[in-house]
Formats: sequence, C-alpha cells, structure tokens
Amino acid sequence: MKSFFRMTYPYILWIAVFIVAPMIMILLYALTKDGNRTLIFRFTLENFTRFFSDPTFMRVLFTSLRIALFTTVFCILIGYPAALFIANLSERAQTMMVLLLTLPMWINMLLKTYAWRGILMNFDNLESEVKVFIGMVYDFLPYMIIQIHTSIAKMDRELLTAAYDLGANKWKTFLKVTLPLSVPGIISGITLVFLPAVSSFVIPKLLGGGDYVLIGNLIETFFVTTGDWNFGSAISLVMALIIIASMWLTKKMDRNAKED
Amino acid sequence: MEKKKRSPWSFMSNGYLLLVLLFIYLPIAYVVVFSFNEGKSMTKFSGFSLRWYENMFSDRTMLDSIKYTVLVAVIATLISTVMGTIAAIGLSKARPLVRSAILETNNLPVMNPDIVTAIGMMLLFIVAGVRLSLTTLILSHITFCTPYVILTIMPKLRQLDDNVAEAALDLGANPWQALVKVILPQIYPAILSGALIAFSMSFDDFVISFFTAGVGINNISMYVYSMKRYNPSVNALSTLIVIVVTLILILVNVIPYIKDKKTLKEETRR
Repeated sequence: MKSFFRMTYPYILWIAVFIVAPMIMILLYALTKDGNRTLIFRFTLENFTRFFSDPTFMRVLFTSLRIALFTTVFCILIGYPAALFIANLSERAQTMMVLLLTLPMWINMLLKTYAWRGILMNFDNLESEVKVFIGMVYDFLPYMIIQIHTSIAKMDRELLTAAYDLGANKWKTFLKVTLPLSVPGIISGITLVFLPAVSSFVIPKLLGGGDYVLIGNLIETFFVTTGDWNFGSAISLVMALIIIASMWLTKKMDRNAKED
Repeated sequence: MEKKKRSPWSFMSNGYLLLVLLFIYLPIAYVVVFSFNEGKSMTKFSGFSLRWYENMFSDRTMLDSIKYTVLVAVIATLISTVMGTIAAIGLSKARPLVRSAILETNNLPVMNPDIVTAIGMMLLFIVAGVRLSLTTLILSHITFCTPYVILTIMPKLRQLDDNVAEAALDLGANPWQALVKVILPQIYPAILSGALIAFSMSFDDFVISFFTAGVGINNISMYVYSMKRYNPSVNALSTLIVIVVTLILILVNVIPYIKDKKTLKEETRR
C-alpha cells in the first residue's frame, strides 16, 4: 500500500508552495516594514501598534464585528424555524426545498449583490449599514438553513416519540431534545456565516457606497490603493486571529453546553 | 382530532417557508424582469425589450470576462479534480498522523477568509518575481479548488472496503490496474460532485481572482465589481446564468433518478 501513498507527493509539493509559503509571506510582511519588493528582515511590531492605536481603524474593526454578529444572529433567528419546518415535511418535499435553497448558492455572489443594489434603489433613504446588513443576511441565510436542517434531519425520530411518551409536551421536547441535538448544525452554520461576513468587502462596497468601510475594504485599500503591503498583511493577520479566536470560543461554548 | 390540531400549524409553517423562498428568489426574479426592461431604470419598468441582451453581445469587455471565467473554471476544474482525486486516494492509504497533517493544511484555504488566501498568493507571486497574469490566476484557482475536491472524495474513500483493492492486487493486478479498475469506479460519483463544486467555486470567485489576475484579465465578478455606473446588461447576463445553473442542477438531480429507474427496471426484468 506504500505505492499508493506516493500518489500524494505532487499534492504535498503543491500545498507547500501554494498554501504554506503564502501564509509565511503574510507573516513575514506583517512583521517587517518597507519591504514591498525586497524582503528586508528587520522585525518590528510597528504595524500592529499602528493598527491598535488608531481610533479610525478600531472603529472599522468594531463595525465589522458588529455587522457580522448581527448577520449571524439574524441568520439563526430566521433560519432555525425554516430548517425545523423543512425537517417536518415529507421526504420528497424536503429534497425539493433543499434543492430550491441550494440553487441560488450556485449563482455568482457579485451578480446577486448587484441585483440587491437594484432593489435597494427603491429605498434610497435606508442607511448604508442596513443595506449591507440585508445583503449579508440574504447571501448567507441558505448556508445556515442547510446546516441546521442537516443536523435536525439526522436526528433519530424515535427520540421525539420517547419524549412524548414520557409526558413531555411539544415545547419541552423541542427544548430538551431537538434543540440540543441541532447545536452542531448551528455551530457549522455560524462558521459558514460569521467568517465570510467579517472579511467581506464586496457587499459593503456594492451596497454601502463609498462611505461604508469594513475591515476587508481596509485590507483592499492598503494592498491596491496605498500599496502598503506590510500594514495590509498585519491587518489581515489580526482579522484571521480574531476569526480563529471566535471559532474557538464558539466550539468551547458548545462543549460547555454539553457538559451541563 | 389529531388532524384538526395539525392543520393551522402546518399552514403557518408552510407560509413561513414560502416567505423565506420569496426572500431568496426576490433578487433573482427582479433581475430577470428588469433584463427585459426597455428603459435604463432599475426601479421603473417601462416596457418589454431585448435591447440589454443585444447590448451584452456587443459589449467586448463583458464577453471577454465571460470567456476568461469559463476558460479559468474549465482548466482549474480539470487539474484540481485530477490532482485532488490522486491525492485523496494516496491520503486514504497514509499513516493517520501524516494524513491528518496534510488534511489540516489542505483545510487552510477552506477555513481562511478568501482575502487572506488572496493576498498570500499575491505576495508569493510578487516575491518570487512572477508577473501576475492569466497563469497566476489559474494557479490560484487550482489551489483553492483542490481542497474542496479532496474534502468531497475523502469520506467516500473511507467507506470503501480496503480488502477489495487488496484482493485485486493478490489476484495479480498491478497498483495501476487496481486503481483504475477497482477504486475509481467506486468513487466516481464523489469525483463528479467534487468537480462540480470546484467548477462553481472557480466560476463564482471574486476575491482571489481580484488579487492574483494580471492587468486586463477580468472575470465576470471582477467586471461587475469594476463597473462605475449601473449597467442593465448585467441583468441580461445574470438571467442567462440563472437559466444555465437551473438546467445544470436539474440535469444533475434528474440523471441519477433516471439511471436508478433504469437499473431498477433491468433488475425487475431479470
């Protein structure tokens, strides 16, 4: 079977060059200065202190986290009942609903966002943040519904019958059986919504207009307009760390809930 | 009694699902309707016309962006499917520690925000002295598509019975024959869905393309992003894409169904 493992060698080489090396590049750029074309190894934390000491950047970071959090919470609030209702449909209707929900996921996100731009032209007095929020909830909702539905559909239906037999009412059965068992679906839904929402820079640009800046737009500016790649790398590193930390926190909360 | 209690509940839940579907299909319906609008407005429908479709087919930059999108998606899908399939089969025979180390690295582009993957690739190309071009665009697409291919095929490979491949080897097949005649036929549905996911990831990508494509190379997403003014031809393009995606999804979902029916018929005939 050793000969089979050799089949992996080309891909190991590929990920070393195209996945691992780029990550090292970002780290090196973030920890150095004045090194757009030639890497000068003079390590400094200046990029990070500059980011954290500037109130403008802090406000952008805060706005990004706020809108991503709102988007995630709303996707759960709208998506959970939907997933639950779908799981109660007949087998055939479930397949149909899942297909109907997945279809728009295959359509280019830029084109869907552009369509929202047209719709929102009818509501010109809406605030930028509300427009961006609508665009984000729209874009990520199907992912949340599908994830939660998958975990509910996997559940053993006999558990519900058992709960009813033991005297629990509908509401109690939901709280004590269905909800805890669907937590993994909510968690993977959060991963699929919060993560791209924090880093999004297309939706704010197309729907929010020029005055609405999120952390993704900031990174774009420093790479494309300003050309300060060291600072841009530092911001994206901060963003990546925040995302990793929040994912870790979500998973930890899940584990704590299970222990209770 | 039971039925009476259930009907208002199911009426409510069906109504809710209908609302969700309406929300999800609202922008799609909106662009389809306005792609036939006579005027340029995106808020007032002034009459039926096909002028935005004509406009689209005479717009060189838009046609070029479609061409690049399809070209990159086809090449990236082919290479990432082949490379991903080979790697996944190899990985399924690797020691657990090695396998999980490679899979964790493989997961990075999936877990990382696109913009991080994008600037990482861009920095790599620039530091290596490679000019951004169509080639760098394709290389980055292969890089973020292959992990999805592997993630789709791995679970299927785990379900396989190792003994079947072993038996083939014992019966005198060489590893290549065991691969082509035994393993591949068992996992080809997973390979196909991996390829489909890779194609759609590549087709829809904006962020990574934006940072790794050379000057003058725009895919559809980049074209839409760079547009300064509202251009109703985009509605025509969106409508065509909606039609194509719907057809492909119907085909993908119906073909296995027809096939199942056919094998079922053949089996009952026997």
